[in-house]
Amino acid sequence: MSFIQTRYNLTEADLEKYLGEALSKGGDYADLYFEYLSTTSASLDESIIKSASQGVSVGCGVRVISGEKTGYAYTNDLAPEKLIHAARTAAQIAAGPTTAKVAGLEEPQGSQNLYPVVVGPSDVEFSRKVALLRTADEAARAYDERVFQVEASYRDSVRHVLIANSESVIRSDTQPLTRMDVSVIAREGERIERGHDGTGGRVGLDYFQTERTPRDLSHEAARQAVLQIGAEEAPAGEMPVVLGPGWPGILLHEAVGHGLEADFNRKQVSAFSGLIGRKVASELCTVIDDGHIPSRRGSLNVDDEGATTGRAVLIENGILKGYLQDRLSSRILGTPPTGNGRRQSYKHIPMPRMTNTFMLAGEDDPQDILRSVDRGLYCVNFGGGQVDITSGKFVFSASESYLIEGGQVTRPVRGATLIGNGPDVLTKVSRVGHDLKLDRGIGTCGKEGQSVPVGVGIPTIKVDQLTVGGTNVLRAASTFQD
Amino acid sequence: MSYLELASDLVARARKQGADEAECVVREGSQFSVNVRLGEVDQVKDSGSKAIGLRVLSGNRAASTFSSDFSGKGLDVLVKSAIETVRFTSEDPFSDLPEAEQLGVATDPTALRLHHDDVLALTAEQKIEMARTAEAAALEADPRITNSEGGDFRSGWSRWTLANSRGFGGEYSLTHCSLSAVPVAESSGSKERDYWYSVSLDAAGLESPEDVGRRAAERALRRLHSTKVATTEVPVIFEPRVAGSLLGHIFQAASGDAVYRYASFFADKLGEKVAGGNITVVDDGLRPGGLGSTPFDDEGVASRRTTVIEDGVLRSYLLNSYSARKLGLETTGNASRGLAGSPGIGPGNFMLQPGDASPEDIIASVDRGLYVTELIGYGVNLVTGDYSRGAVGLWIEKGELTYAVSEVTIGGNLKEIFKQIDMIGSDLDFRSVFVAPTLKVRCMTVAGK
Repeated sequence: MSFIQTRYNLTEADLEKYLGEALSKGGDYADLYFEYLSTTSASLDESIIKSASQGVSVGCGVRVISGEKTGYAYTNDLAPEKLIHAARTAAQIAAGPTTAKVAGLEEPQGSQNLYPVVVGPSDVEFSRKVALLRTADEAARAYDERVFQVEASYRDSVRHVLIANSESVIRSDTQPLTRMDVSVIAREGERIERGHDGTGGRVGLDYFQTERTPRDLSHEAARQAVLQIGAEEAPAGEMPVVLGPGWPGILLHEAVGHGLEADFNRKQVSAFSGLIGRKVASELCTVIDDGHIPSRRGSLNVDDEGATTGRAVLIENGILKGYLQDRLSSRILGTPPTGNGRRQSYKHIPMPRMTNTFMLAGEDDPQDILRSVDRGLYCVNFGGGQVDITSGKFVFSASESYLIEGGQVTRPVRGATLIGNGPDVLTKVSRVGHDLKLDRGIGTCGKEGQSVPVGVGIPTIKVDQLTVGGTNVLRAASTFQD
Repeated sequence: MSYLELASDLVARARKQGADEAECVVREGSQFSVNVRLGEVDQVKDSGSKAIGLRVLSGNRAASTFSSDFSGKGLDVLVKSAIETVRFTSEDPFSDLPEAEQLGVATDPTALRLHHDDVLALTAEQKIEMARTAEAAALEADPRITNSEGGDFRSGWSRWTLANSRGFGGEYSLTHCSLSAVPVAESSGSKERDYWYSVSLDAAGLESPEDVGRRAAERALRRLHSTKVATTEVPVIFEPRVAGSLLGHIFQAASGDAVYRYASFFADKLGEKVAGGNITVVDDGLRPGGLGSTPFDDEGVASRRTTVIEDGVLRSYLLNSYSARKLGLETTGNASRGLAGSPGIGPGNFMLQPGDASPEDIIASVDRGLYVTELIGYGVNLVTGDYSRGAVGLWIEKGELTYAVSEVTIGGNLKEIFKQIDMIGSDLDFRSVFVAPTLKVRCMTVAGK
């Protein structure tokens, strides 16, 4: 019996009864998503622990699908009468005899366990968590005398889920998620700058001792803040851009990932609609979405519809291969599900979403790639990004970048937004490095008001031409046009 | 037991178990949403939920807990774990509830017109029909509208209850509804979507579904065949919907939490010129029917009207009790909290005083420039003021809107941008808590080809 069944005394007969209520007005399919989410967090500011918090959120969402229509209701009271009420509310979407029959829930064989957290983070004493924050504070302040503000935060959660559907499938999972962030402000004279770093994943507290320590985070955040003090105005205009490995993979997330989500494509509103089998990238590019990499922030044993996660090839040697599917889209499009049906919580309807999205490594030496650029920009760290699905235009904001002059990385420049067009930016990729790296595990993706944890990754790549939204027009005009 | 009694009871229990002070919030709400796409209902969602948050202070240490479990056992755990958690935070002399004399309700909640029965009276069929009509109006507006992400209607009701150990107890409920349409326009290889929406606390305040659909279609159509312009420095006009985002940046820069940490370029600038002499910004938490109006803030301090910038001079930050103590000032009744954690800072209705120019006059004043209708991305740094965002809009040539522009960025520094707003429209837009008219910035970098 799963955690939720035990805690709320839910038998399989109960679940079948609720599914039966959900299908009482008709419909092709129904599912139940029970969620028990416990969270702890703590934050440090001005060298003291200013807040600490713990809490629990519990609820169940009921979904009924009838043709292409979805009815949805949820309750955060798991009493039988409330669950029946939610099921009957969701049932309103359907009219006519049901084609689905509910009998004999069964857990599929061959479950995977991508995140075996021996000690759940929430069971560990709070004092160990706040100790991480104090270490981070001391390390950042010791890094450089220009550091004058340090904020550090820690957050973990354990999400227990139970999913049952009218196709007799019952799945459960326990999903840990942990992260730590450090933000530093450095000052020299009138110039004040900020740096940030963070890390995490579906990991326990040990991760911060063995993989990346609070000290690592603080040094990186402080390094960035101090570096920015000396940064010049960023150039404006089109130029070659080299992206460093890891987090710059946000390019893939914005430029192609969202546009390949199947809901936009079955509705024909994506810039990628109808492009399967067509060339959308240079042949150096193979882009993957993989939800079953152990311990990664974007990974899941089962997606939020109970499907086993896997590896979807989105682009192979430049050719568009497939979309990211949830159950509804895969049924309508008649293609196999890819385990990408995700939701923020029991209050939300699942949608096709990314998990961990990355480009496979190529063969080039990263130093050679930089040497191939006469004048351009080298971007190694980014903030957030956004995309307009229909036009394909996307942006992502560089937070650490450098000028490349005569094949050499020279001076740091201030933050700037990069803008491009999804369906053609990857056709301009002329070099791909052998240094594929995944990000540090703090990515969160927002879509239609729902946030889910995701990962990205990329090797060093060169994009021959991208628009850089700096403020220095003069430099762009005189030295940055090829 | 009412939720107000429950909140007061939990405050009393927390004190009995060792807390010096306590504050409890209860949030209850329901929401309905429908999406109609190509004339058919695509999704309907109809539900409600409730949750409770407790913050305790022991000495000057603070901690909080939250839960959606209202059972006797659930509430026991809520109080007990708050008391346990507070051991792990630090003594902070600035951490406290507001003083008793600062607590209070500005006005009878009904005077703010936050709760409207006409929203609650709408049937599911009526809501679906409005979404359907809005989408249909967009689809019928022009043959080039070939597709749609649909028409949406959303409505909801919520109640916010707050009690604390300094004797405050209060609650209010509010309704809201919104209607939107997202059409896709297509013409010889060019495909663009845009949207229009109307939002109001009462159903009577919504624009008609026909108007919402038509305007959405007009907006999508004018984006067709967009091009990238050459990199240049020109005047940039923000239409009201995007001008609101600049007000949002003023709000963030004026937020006490950012100011005391020097994470804002408004730090140490009280009494100084931070914008042009034509700029006056007011945060009004008491505007009747306003999307950001409340009778009291999330610490139980009466909401009010605060002049933030007067004729370009920074007059006040927006503060909760904590940031006020840190800065040696008085709270402005802008505490804002969720269920967990310490209160942050939230706006009331954050408004730029309108000018007298019509949007047409402002456009006519520009020889060559960009009229921005949408911004994307997060390229805004409030520590330095650096600003660089993706923009979509229309090119202005000799005082007239001409072709569509996309895949460009606009860039500058907010410290300069606020001083370079040289024309202010009369067309205030109340679709958000950040209320702005059409604005013209004398010069920004447009990065493109």
